Parts: sequence; C-alpha cells; structure tokens
Amino acid sequence: MVLKTLDVLGPLHGYGIARRIEQISGDLLAVNQGTLYPVLLKLEQEGAITSDWGASENNRRARFYRLTREGRKQLQVETQDWEQTAAIIGRFFEVKAEDLS
Amino acid sequence: MKSLRRFFTRLVSLATRRTQPERLREEIEEHIALQTAENLRAGLSPVEARRQAMMKFGGVEAMKQDYRAERGLPLVEDLLHDLRFATRVLRKSPGFTAVAVVTLAVAIGANAVVFSIMNALILNPLHVPHAESLYAIQHGNDASLNQSYPDYLDLRDRNRTLEGLAANNGAQVGIDTGENPSRAWINEVSGNYFDVMGVQPYLGRLIHESDEHGPNSAPYIVLSHAYWRNHFAGDRSAVGRVVQVNKHPFTIVGVAPPDFHGTLVFFNPDFYLPIVNAEQAEPQKRLNDRGRRWVFMTLGHLKPGVTIAQAVADLNSIGAYLEKTYPKDDDKRTFTLARPSLYGDYLGKPMRAFMTALMLLAGLILVAACANLGSLFAARAADRSREVALRLALGARRSRVLRQLFTEALLLSVTGGVVGIWASVFVLRGLSAWQPFARWPVYLTVIPDANVYGMAVLLTLASGFLFGAVPVRQVLHTDPYEIVKSGTLRNAGRRMSVRELALVVEIAICAVLVTSSFVAVRGLVRSLHGSFGFEPQYAMVADTDLSMAGYSGESVIAMQKHMIDALQKIPGVKSVGLIDAAPLASGGFTGGLAFTDETNDLRPGNAAADAYQFSISPEYFEAAGTTLGSGRAFSWHDDKNAPAVAVINQELARKVFGSGGKALGKYFKKRDGTRVQVIGIVGDGKYQSVTEAPEPAMFLPILQSPSSQAYFVVRSTRDDAQVMPAIRNAVHGLDASLPLYIERWSKAMDAPLFGPRMATLSLGVLGAMAALLSITGIFGMAAYAVSKRLRELGIRMALGAQRKEVLATALGRALKLLAAGSVAGLLLGILASRVLAAIVYQATPRDPVVLAGVVLAMSLLGLVATWIPAQRALALDPATLLREE
Repeated sequence: MVLKTLDVLGPLHGYGIARRIEQISGDLLAVNQGTLYPVLLKLEQEGAITSDWGASENNRRARFYRLTREGRKQLQVETQDWEQTAAIIGRFFEVKAEDLS
Repeated sequence: MKSLRRFFTRLVSLATRRTQPERLREEIEEHIALQTAENLRAGLSPVEARRQAMMKFGGVEAMKQDYRAERGLPLVEDLLHDLRFATRVLRKSPGFTAVAVVTLAVAIGANAVVFSIMNALILNPLHVPHAESLYAIQHGNDASLNQSYPDYLDLRDRNRTLEGLAANNGAQVGIDTGENPSRAWINEVSGNYFDVMGVQPYLGRLIHESDEHGPNSAPYIVLSHAYWRNHFAGDRSAVGRVVQVNKHPFTIVGVAPPDFHGTLVFFNPDFYLPIVNAEQAEPQKRLNDRGRRWVFMTLGHLKPGVTIAQAVADLNSIGAYLEKTYPKDDDKRTFTLARPSLYGDYLGKPMRAFMTALMLLAGLILVAACANLGSLFAARAADRSREVALRLALGARRSRVLRQLFTEALLLSVTGGVVGIWASVFVLRGLSAWQPFARWPVYLTVIPDANVYGMAVLLTLASGFLFGAVPVRQVLHTDPYEIVKSGTLRNAGRRMSVRELALVVEIAICAVLVTSSFVAVRGLVRSLHGSFGFEPQYAMVADTDLSMAGYSGESVIAMQKHMIDALQKIPGVKSVGLIDAAPLASGGFTGGLAFTDETNDLRPGNAAADAYQFSISPEYFEAAGTTLGSGRAFSWHDDKNAPAVAVINQELARKVFGSGGKALGKYFKKRDGTRVQVIGIVGDGKYQSVTEAPEPAMFLPILQSPSSQAYFVVRSTRDDAQVMPAIRNAVHGLDASLPLYIERWSKAMDAPLFGPRMATLSLGVLGAMAALLSITGIFGMAAYAVSKRLRELGIRMALGAQRKEVLATALGRALKLLAAGSVAGLLLGILASRVLAAIVYQATPRDPVVLAGVVLAMSLLGLVATWIPAQRALALDPATLLREE
C-alpha cells in the first residue's frame, strides 16, 4: 500500500502517506499511524524507497519518501502476485455447482 | 539478496546508532504537528487537536521500540546491553565474582588438562596417516603382543587381511660416534615398518624391505628427529656417516620426521635399526629361534573393507597352522587385534579405564562447581528479587529478565573458562617438557590441539547454562506485586529449595572425590611399605651391558667377576651382587617355563608356571637384602660342570610342588629339558611392578646361565655422593669404554612406582579441589543463611537465647545439609573405590582409617567453612541491629 501510494502520488512525507492510506481506504483502515514508521524503515533498508529531508507544506523540516527503481520493480511483482491471488480467490467465489458438473 | 542487504544496513546502523533517534523524534513531531494542524482546521480547540493527534498516532514508546527493533539487530543490541549491565552488577560484588571465576577456572582447567592427556594418550595418539585402521596383533589368551621372529614372518606372509605387517622391538645399545660412547634407545624395525606406517623421511631415506637379506645384512640406521638435533646438532651431513653400534659399524641413512616417535605413545626411540640386525644389538636374541618371543609388537593396517572379526579369523587360521606345524614351540595360538599405541590391551585397558575414571571425576568437579555457583546464584537471585520484581512490574518480559540472568552466568563462565584454559596451557607445557625418568625415553607431548580447545569452550558454555538455570524457576514464579509490597520472598518454607538440593549434590560429589583420594593415598602408602622381597635402602644399582663393549662368550663372565672384585674393594662397601635384570629397576626380564619333574612332553601348554628367570651371582641375595627362607645360596662352584641348581620363590614352589615346604631338594624341568634341583627358597617379591600379584620367580647361578646384561647391586654404609664416583672409577679402571648407569635402587624404582604415584597424585589433586569447592559451597550457604536471619537472631539474643541456641539456629541447616551430602558421598565413594582397586594396589574402601579419615575431613571442612559465619552470628549486638532495621 505504501509503495502504491508513493507510486501514484510521488514523494510524500510520513504523515502524508498515513493520510492518503486513510483516505483511499475510506477511513476503513484506521490503524495507529505510528505503526507506519517501522514499515517505512524496513522498506528503506530493503532499498525499495529512499528518503530525504525537505520542507513540508507549512515550511517545517520533514522527511520525504520516494520510490526507487527497485521499489517500482517490487511493486510490479507484488501487484502481479496480488492480482493473481485475487483472481484465484475470485474464481472460488464465482464458482457455482453446475459449473463443475 | 534483499534480506542480506537489509542485514548489512542493520549492521551499519548498529555501529552508528547515535544519529538515528533524532531523525525519528523529528518525524514524529512533524507528523503530530501536521495532524494537529489538520484537526485545528476541522475546528477543534488547540489542546484537543493535539490530544486527538496523539491518540491517532498511538503509543509513542511502543512504536519507538518496534522502530528500534526494525532498525538495528535487536538480539545483538540486547546482548550488548545485557553484557554492560552484567559487568556492572558483577563489578559491584567483587568477592562473589572472584570466587565464581576462580572456582570455574579451576574446574574447567582441570577438565582441559585431563582431556588433553586423554586426547594425547587415547583419542589421537599416533601421528601417522590412517591411524584408525592400524592394529597390533595380540595373543588371545593373555594380553601380550610378543612374537618370535619366525612366527612374525609367517603371520606377515600368510595373512590375507592386513595391508602389510610390520614388527618392532625396543632395545638399548651402546653407540659410539667417534667421541664419548653413550647409550641409546633403539627401535628395531622390520624392513617394511616405515612403509606400512606411511612415514616419509625428513632427510635421506628410511629403511625398506629391499634392505633385508637375512641376519645382520642391513647395517643401516635411521635417526629420530630429536636425536639428530640433540646429538648431531641438526647437521645435514650426518646422513652417510658411519657410527659404531655395540662395536658394529652402521651407516646413518636418514632422519625420521619430527612428529614420528615410533608406534608406542610413551616410548621415544633415539634411532631405528633393522630388525634383521637385532642380534648385533642384543646378542642373546636368536632371530631364527621360533620359541623366543622377543619381538615386542607386530602391527599393520586392516585392508579396506575388512572387519576386525574377519582379520581375527584369518590370523587364527594361521595360528592353527603354526600350532600344527611347530608343536614344540607354538602352543595354542589365537589372536585378537588391539590398538598399538598403548601396547595393546596390556597398558591400553587399565590406561583407558583410568583416564575414563579421571575424566569422569574431573567432570564431577565441574558439576560440583556448577552446583556451587548455582546455589550462590540462586541466593543472589533471591536477594535481587526486588530488582527483578520491579523490572517485571515496569513491563519487562520474563524472558528478557531471564536472558539478563543467563548473560551474567555466561559472562562469569566465559571469564572462568578463559582463565582456566590459559592456566591449563601452562600446566600442559610443563607436562610436555617433563621427563619423569632420566634413563627411559618416556615422555608425552600433550600440547592442546583444536579438540581440547573445542571441548573446553563447550564445557564453559554448558556450565554457564547449567548454573545459570538454577534460579530460573525462582524468576518465573516471582509475583512482582507481592514482593514490591512486602520486601522479601515469602517462600522460606521447610521444603528443600533448589539451592539446598544443589548444595547437597555438590557436597556428595566432593565427598566421593575426597573418599577416592583417601583410598588411593592409603593404597599407595601400603604398597610402598609392603615387602618387595629385597631392601632398596642403602643399595646402589650400577648397570652395564658387556655386549655393548664387544665382550662375548667366556670373556663376559671373567669380566663380571673382575668387576665384582673391584667393587668389593671400595671402602665402605659391604657386599656386591650381580643380577641380569634388577627387580623393579629394569625392563627386559627373561621368562622361564617351569615343568614338573614328571612332565615329558615339554610343550609350553604343559608348563606348571611361567616364571621370571633371574641369573645371579652367589652374593646377590646378601647384597639385595633378600633373606633366604630355607636351603642355601649359590657359590662360585655352581658352574657349568656342577649339577644345575636354582633358588625359587614361594609362589613358584607352590605352583610346581604344591607347597613351599616340600620343594627343597626336589627337581623341576626347564624348557630345554634340563633337570634343575631346588637348593633354596626365598620369599615372594615384586619384580616388575609394585602392584602385581605374587608372581613365580626362579634364580639361577650366573655361571650356569650367563648374561651379558648385568646390574651390580652395591650395598654400602657410606653416602651416595662418595660411593657413586667410586663405583664409576672402579668399573672404568677395568674398561673405560663400558657404558655405565648408576643410581640408587630406590630411585630406580621410580619407574614401576610411576603409575600408582601419578594415579594417587591426580586423585589427590582432584580430592583437594573437591574439598576446596565444598568449603566455598558451605561457606556461601552458611554466610547467606546468617545474613538473611540477622534480625531474627538479634531478637532471639535480645530475648536471652544462649550462644549455643543461636548457633544452632543460624548454622543448623547448613550443617544438616553437609551431613546429608557427606553420608551420600561416602557411600557412593565406597562404591566408586571398587574401580580404584583395579589401579591402585591394595586400595580398599573398607578400611577404618579411610572411613574415619573421610568423616574427619568432611567435619573439618564443615568447621572451616562455617567458622566465619558462626563468628559473625555470635558477634551480633542485638541493640545495634534492632535499631538499624
């Protein structure tokens, strides 16, 4: 989700990412925003994202996260994986008794 | 790939950890500021906006912890953290730390030393390729390995299961390199010896099968590396030189590699000489006599895929063939295979048993040390229950608290282990350099190798976990609420705690060790004061071998007579006797079969006894201090022309004639059919080792049974320093080229006493260690008990309790534990001593002195250990104490 958000919206700071995820999910995913940061750190260590200091909207120092090439690749792979999984699960929901006979 | 990269990033951030928390703090602040701003826009009051923002963010501390866990390597970080904390805690109680480290160092050091010796003697003794398939041929009926040379040749050529069979035999020769003739120990080796062992020369070449062309056909010798370095100054041109061995010229053809010391662990020959030339080294040997089993050992590698059982079957079929073909010389021949390094089972079996027992005892010491530390640890954990409770109350997980305790235990054990290993290396260096007997080439290289270090590290970690585990239950059952409220642990019940159990176990183990060392020491003392059959005090033995100086035949006996006369003339000398091999002072004993007079079929199986056979001069018994039970001693008239006579000992008389009383004047037969009349009977003595059971022995007159090897026993009233040079002058006055070795008889007995002495010494050391451990254990326990109950004791004293009652309260439990442990240990020790009896002669645990000694020792230990705590309890001033608390 973090990767997709960054992919769609470009570089963002932590708060931004948290807000977007909330917005996109329609406030259905309202976890503690704090839990986002360890995830960001993990992604950064894996090399999927990088971060720089920049100025936020209200001109404070904020850290902006940006997707790397590798991150983009990872996103692609994971998107595919997810679509495949979703498709499979989907088929199970769609299946009807007469289809199998 | 990804995880690897992550790992390195984490590693780096572990190293540069200071900059990061700043970044997180700033990010959090920024996040909350933004959220607050948003909330403000939504119309909340500033205070409420911030509060909502914080709530939305969630627990900052928990998140920080997760963040930290993601960033670095939490395991390593916690470990470092625990280590720092443990160091701090341990530094705060230097007494405890010192006791723990020393205890562990001693225990682990002892284990490392014992294990190194075991490693060098048993596990990894020979440095030859494929040592695991190397076996020596051993006789099936008795654990001896001797073969005659013709039998060896048959075994070598007829077997189909060994890669090649080599033979070797140790001997002593005189060597003359052009200067100063000296004695040297040699290994007489078959031509294929080095090739069977797979040894490559260090210099020149080794001896090969192609050198052998019948008796005395290969005048070549190969020097050992050490001998070449010490006696030829490492001179490469030594190869090719001709030296005189027993006055026969031999050419040095090469030098053996430095790590090859022959195939016996404890015998380090100076050089190697072809076995076909053995008659030149020792003229009494007969290369082609099938009945003389002088070849010390035959050994070879099993062919690949051949099992021991197959090889034994193969060898036994050869044995059956030998028995059928040579009935006169070869009786029932069955064979087994054994490890060559400790001379088959002869030394190997008792040695393995002893080393295993010693290793076990050393292990017990370590367990006792762990029990000791475990109980101390548990006591500390109880004292620290408040600290633990506080940490638990503040939200520390129990596993985290335990990890901290284990870190502390491991830090202690590792420190102790390092000190112990370091000390053991010193001890082992000393042992390797030590040559227990000046005249035998016996020494053992026990420099620790990877095996030893591995073992020590393993033991260190294991012991850390072992004693660290003692307080685990205590921590797991800690109820922080109760403790923080009331201040002490409530479970001071009557039930025996883990701590007390550990102490009892420890004391029991220590009592076992103390008992065994008492039993061993007592056994040794007894065997030293037993009867040897001669009186070693005030007697010197001077030995020489006339064949080394080129004497043979009649000239030998003439020279020996001259020497006796010359020695007798030394002022202060009371008597001089000659024997071909002095009891308890030499090797190279001759065996002689004795048959009853009625036996006509003189095959070895029909012999009534296989006795030690000694050749002596008429004055020997007087010089040796052996008293004749009945009959007469020899005279110089018992010569070749007189009837064959012998003096025999009680045991031989019993075996051949049924009892000592009936033997005098009767006849027995020797293997060659000679009828020998018994003219005297002496008491049983010790001949080869002090721990042997009574062995049959016969003494023959030197004129009827000549020997070039001679030990002159010189009994004198003057002190050694004067007699020794006088003996040397007297002998060298007759022939300056005679190699001569003089020592006190009691000194010469060091060799046969070595085993029992070492056994006693090692057991004594272990016993002393155990005693020390039990003192620290009881002391710790008693001191702790007193300090815990100071207040109670103070109240009791204030209420008028007597000193006796105070002591009983304070130390009663410790002493009860001591008694329980001691009794258990004593019983176990008595059981264990049965094992000891096999090694230490006359070691019996059912000895009132031993039992009393152990009881006394344990009570003394108890007294010493409880002395200081008792003083502390008695010195209490109730007034001060009650005011303080």
